[in-house]
Amino acid sequence: MSSLRRRKPINESSDSKHKAEEEDEDHDDVDADGDDDVNGKNKKTPSKIKKKRGEKPPKQPKWSCMDTCCWFIGCICITWWLLLFLYNAMPASFPQYVTEAITGPLPDPPGVKLKKEGLEAKHPVVFVPGIVTGGLELWEGRECAEGLFRKRLWGGTFGEVYKRPLCWVEHMSLDNETGLDPCGIRVRPVSGLVAADYFAPGYFVWAVLIANLARIGYEDKTMYMAAYDWRLSFQNTEVRDQTLSRIKSNIELLVATNGGRKVVVIPHSMGVLYFLHFMKWVEAPAPMGGGGGPDWCSKHIKAVVNIGGPFLGVPKAIAGLFSAEAKDIAVARALAPGFLDNDIFQFQTLQHVMRMSRTWDSTMSMIPRGGNTIWGGLDWSPEEGNSCAKKGEKKNETQIADQAGSEYAVCKAKSANYGRIISFGKDVAEAPSSDIERIDFRGAIKGHSAANTTCRDVWTEYHDMGFAGIKAVAEYKTYTADSLVDLLHFVAPKMMARGTAHFSYGVADNLDDPKYKHYKYWSNPLETRLPNAPDMEIYSLYGVGLPTERAYVYKLSPHAECSIPFKIDTSADDEDTCLRDGVYSVDGDETVPVLSAGFMCAKGWRGKTRFNPSGIRTYIREYNHLPPANLLEGRGTLSGAHVDIMGNFALIEDVIRIAAGASGEELGGDQVYSKIFNWSENINLQLDEEIPVHSSS
Amino acid sequence: MASVLRFRKLCYVESAVKCTSVGYESFEIDEKLDKKEEDVLSANNFALEINKKRKQPKRQPKEWRCLDSCCWIIGYLCTTWWLLLFFYHCFPVTLLRVPELPGPGVRLKREGLTALHPVVLVPGIVTGGLELWEGRPCADGLFRKRLWGGGSFTQIFKRPLCLLEHLSLHYETGLDPQGIRVRAVPGLVGADYFAPGYFVWAVLIENLAKIGYEGKNLHMAAYDWRLSFQNTEIRDHALTRLKSKIELMYISNGYKKVVAVPHSMGVIYFLHFLKWVETPPPMGGGGGPGWCAKHIKAVMNIGPAFLGVPKAVSNLFSAEGKDVSYIRAMAPGVFDSEILGLQTFERVMRMARTWDSIVSLLPKGGEVIWGNMDRSPEEGHVCDFSKKSHSKTSLTTNNVNNSDVKRGFLVKDLANYGRIISFGKPASILHSSKLPTSDSKVFSRTSTSENFNNFSCGEAWTEYDEMSRQSIQNVAADKAYTTTTLLDLLRFVAPKMMRRAEAHFSHGIAENLDDPKYNHYKYWSNPLETKLSDAPDMEIYCMYGVGIPTERSYVYKLSPNSRCKSIPYQIDNSVHGEDGSCLKGGVYFADGDESVPVLSAGFMCAKGWRGRTRFNPSGIATYIREYRHKPPTSLMEGRGIESGSHVDIMGNFALIEDIMRVASGATGDEIGGDQIHSDIIKMSERINLGL
Repeated sequence: MSSLRRRKPINESSDSKHKAEEEDEDHDDVDADGDDDVNGKNKKTPSKIKKKRGEKPPKQPKWSCMDTCCWFIGCICITWWLLLFLYNAMPASFPQYVTEAITGPLPDPPGVKLKKEGLEAKHPVVFVPGIVTGGLELWEGRECAEGLFRKRLWGGTFGEVYKRPLCWVEHMSLDNETGLDPCGIRVRPVSGLVAADYFAPGYFVWAVLIANLARIGYEDKTMYMAAYDWRLSFQNTEVRDQTLSRIKSNIELLVATNGGRKVVVIPHSMGVLYFLHFMKWVEAPAPMGGGGGPDWCSKHIKAVVNIGGPFLGVPKAIAGLFSAEAKDIAVARALAPGFLDNDIFQFQTLQHVMRMSRTWDSTMSMIPRGGNTIWGGLDWSPEEGNSCAKKGEKKNETQIADQAGSEYAVCKAKSANYGRIISFGKDVAEAPSSDIERIDFRGAIKGHSAANTTCRDVWTEYHDMGFAGIKAVAEYKTYTADSLVDLLHFVAPKMMARGTAHFSYGVADNLDDPKYKHYKYWSNPLETRLPNAPDMEIYSLYGVGLPTERAYVYKLSPHAECSIPFKIDTSADDEDTCLRDGVYSVDGDETVPVLSAGFMCAKGWRGKTRFNPSGIRTYIREYNHLPPANLLEGRGTLSGAHVDIMGNFALIEDVIRIAAGASGEELGGDQVYSKIFNWSENINLQLDEEIPVHSSS
Repeated sequence: MASVLRFRKLCYVESAVKCTSVGYESFEIDEKLDKKEEDVLSANNFALEINKKRKQPKRQPKEWRCLDSCCWIIGYLCTTWWLLLFFYHCFPVTLLRVPELPGPGVRLKREGLTALHPVVLVPGIVTGGLELWEGRPCADGLFRKRLWGGGSFTQIFKRPLCLLEHLSLHYETGLDPQGIRVRAVPGLVGADYFAPGYFVWAVLIENLAKIGYEGKNLHMAAYDWRLSFQNTEIRDHALTRLKSKIELMYISNGYKKVVAVPHSMGVIYFLHFLKWVETPPPMGGGGGPGWCAKHIKAVMNIGPAFLGVPKAVSNLFSAEGKDVSYIRAMAPGVFDSEILGLQTFERVMRMARTWDSIVSLLPKGGEVIWGNMDRSPEEGHVCDFSKKSHSKTSLTTNNVNNSDVKRGFLVKDLANYGRIISFGKPASILHSSKLPTSDSKVFSRTSTSENFNNFSCGEAWTEYDEMSRQSIQNVAADKAYTTTTLLDLLRFVAPKMMRRAEAHFSHGIAENLDDPKYNHYKYWSNPLETKLSDAPDMEIYCMYGVGIPTERSYVYKLSPNSRCKSIPYQIDNSVHGEDGSCLKGGVYFADGDESVPVLSAGFMCAKGWRGRTRFNPSGIATYIREYRHKPPTSLMEGRGIESGSHVDIMGNFALIEDIMRVASGATGDEIGGDQIHSDIIKMSERINLGL
């Protein structure tokens, strides 16, 4: 091979070279120390060799361009293979050994530790995954999705997203009118534990918890993943897939096959609301509900261990629905302006994402519930006085900050107006409410957009609004939780018409009102009663110590032709009021604010209230976020972030203890780091059974 | 930072020098070649002198050759590979896709079929995936990874001994060994593919999905196929789960009865289930006597091993089958070499003998079904599978007992299928009167006490090690065994295994089905010792492939190497019959689907349950659907769409179409009733069983 390569340049050079070289040409080999001293100019043999070396270079260019490249790749390949081989030959415990050598002995995973303590599998466990984390697979598709039958469209590697993005978006979308399958497309949830153990390769969701539970003896017959299609509204999962019936039947089976031991349910994120819906559904009579009878929950459920539960919704959902962006996207846009906005490649990424996610009814289950009563009005919010330094030195201010708006002036200097979930412009977000001139948008006539035909096939309802409508939205200046729902009705009437048939966001005045028998209220903890199950326990486990989106500063998008007309004003920053990149943040787990995760357990359901007539005991377990100490730890064993908390050892230990039979008191009762109790006090919500005098600011 | 800069400067200077010595002059030469040779030469000399001063290593060019050209080649290959890969991925998917034949799903959808009855799939032995839930240290990092099936079997090659240890069960109890929990993979993924690209249920699932099936009306009843059937309930509640799933599907699909599709061993598993579900609670599922009638529309058995398979005999007796003995014949010494200390067979045998389920596949019904020393129901079977000519008649020496079969047969050494194991070819041919009496007493008189276990030979342990050489030879001296004596033989060579397994399985024929002893679960999976449930509207289908030679009986010999701890018997692969004989490589073949002989698959549907019999008191309708095997015509077809072999038949379009039609509401008569290619009816007639 090498000689072949060498000959080629020589042949080429021979025609153009002078005699001296031609003679040298015969000696292919460098080592052929010439007896043939034909070259007169070179006296000494070494110099001749040198000379030859010197003459080679003209042939080098041939070599160096392509071949060096190949050589380089070859080297890399070989090294890669070697490493791969070594990696495969390496004993499985090696990485752990290295880690221990560097950081000192790792703490035992909680499963091992508790096994040593003698804990054993007792109560069957049911996992309810949240939004986005569950896998979805294709059962029937269009032409473009050929070959993907029973392959994952969501979860796993997401390879198809890059290969055929438009096809993917088409298949992930639901029907815009019904919120069910589009014609000819069937995408179904993956079933079994594999549905949500890993979201992407290496990115665990439930896997760590499952592995630890297995250590104390859990296996397939005592664990059940209640996978459901998280894109659908909760009741539609039953209508289309009979998911709720399946969960009911599986829980009954688990109880029956495990000697009558009740199940411990572990919902995460949106699964919390889903399971709330389930508990109501299962006891409701047959046509609309599951017909399990009024004591089904008390017979079958020991505890509901909610992890990171957005009981009262998350402000993130607003940003997602309103402009398909959240903090992450807004920051990306700020870093690389024009990247997401450019239309050159006809990507229109955000519009596509928005159109897709707006067909998912489930996103509407996360819109903040409880209106101004919970989330605060124009001039007050329960979190008032929250400081971003989070070191507690602002204690005195929270004392002053009473709930009403009268003391507003005192806090004005330091505190953010969290109640104003969307404000147009930073000045509006900070100005006293009396200074803001608002023009009501509700009656505004939507103009006719001439442009909608040219906007290709991307369909968001913004095209139907026209410029007048967009202007009217901006003129209203600032929106609280109450008016937000109206805003969404205004900008996306079709979507909200679909959504409000399945979800409700209010606070019930009188829970005995027969209208609350409808399923749309079942997932709202402020409009349903908990089941009659005095022995049941409800836990709320969530992380704290991470800044979490709470309110947004918006601006009109500069080019409002075909794109989304609103976007987060990333230029708005304010150190004092937790405003960064246009987002006000509070304490939470990066997704769910403490208020939403903790309020129901801290106050709404604590003791016997009208929402909890049988006095189900509630416990709050907070976990302070600590970032991973080093890279080897991966996503950390002390994390408090919304998903990473599933790998938090303290949380896993709590869950295992509950599953092995411990009660809330045995765990240590409440464990609170945040100011959730103070903030709950700020909320003026009628909890007694009498007809309440509804009050809000 | 500063040091980095300095380093870069150094590099730069150096490369600059190099440039003057190498690059510069090359320029010179290229450009001013024609101008002045002298100049060039002087320049060259100048450069050379520089080189000389700097003492550049001379060896550099040489080094290029040896290692670098290697790198170069690899690099080249890699680049090409990547390029091709890139193009492959860039191409539209439809362009590169092998033009697939439109499956029956598409066609039937056009006909307007839609999903009606929920479908339950019951996988067979071996095809189901197993995953690890708790293991020894050697299995670190395999938590919830597949040990068996599904993904690649890479782990088996990486740590074979560890895997064998984890896949084995406890020898005494037939349940988990201490500290090891291996469980069946649940869901459709449990058995859709056995290995990547090797489908089992995947084709059927895909076609069912075309007419609207999905997770809510399609269920895979995965179970741990290593356990005895009742133990899957005791350990995993597998039967209870199946019952609950069927009830759920029945209700949530608008009270439509379920169509069950079991395959291979799943057939007798499901038979067990049908009996279990109606039996009262402590032993059964407590579904009450009408459960099956209420919930099940049809049982569509694919490749059913109702009466067992002879393959299981050779597997238990010497851990080998046809394939293994061929390999042994072709490359003698590969398996027998103990150089690497592998003892592959001994280990495999030890593992397989801990699996109770294999015992469920031993031939059932004894000599009545499988034939005795001198006759068998398949008598006169012609092994030239291409043409079934019965025209030629020739002399036959040995059908004396059998009166109803008077036809002559063509081959001289007629296969005595009834002798499932014979030692030596003579023993398989000679008339029974010339053979030494096969007396089961022979086993009792040989004592197993005089075993000289030396512990120097590996650690693979089979029960053969507890037998003395004398008794091993005694077994061989017995010459030939029928199905009935075979069980005695197995009880003799592997007493512990048979004691364990026979608590769960029975292989006889019931005299009187009302005998209360038949309420025990060990009889439930034997169709000859149970009554079908009272469900007159139910339908039972026997669907299997025919036209492939299938192992039916074996010629054994004593293993030549008498070293300790090896399996003392092996199939005598040197024995061949003449042309047209059914004997090849020490194995007698009969018609079947490569694993299950027609007799086992078809008899119950052809005769045992046909009409109202004592095994089928309510007169459940039975249908036989046979599929003639046709090998794939081209490579593009993969494993063929008309295959009849045991597993590949799951991709047989005709079979899939039948299943889909039944699932969407058709009855057995509507899909054409019986469809028979083999001699099953004649064979069944020869079996003298009181019905």
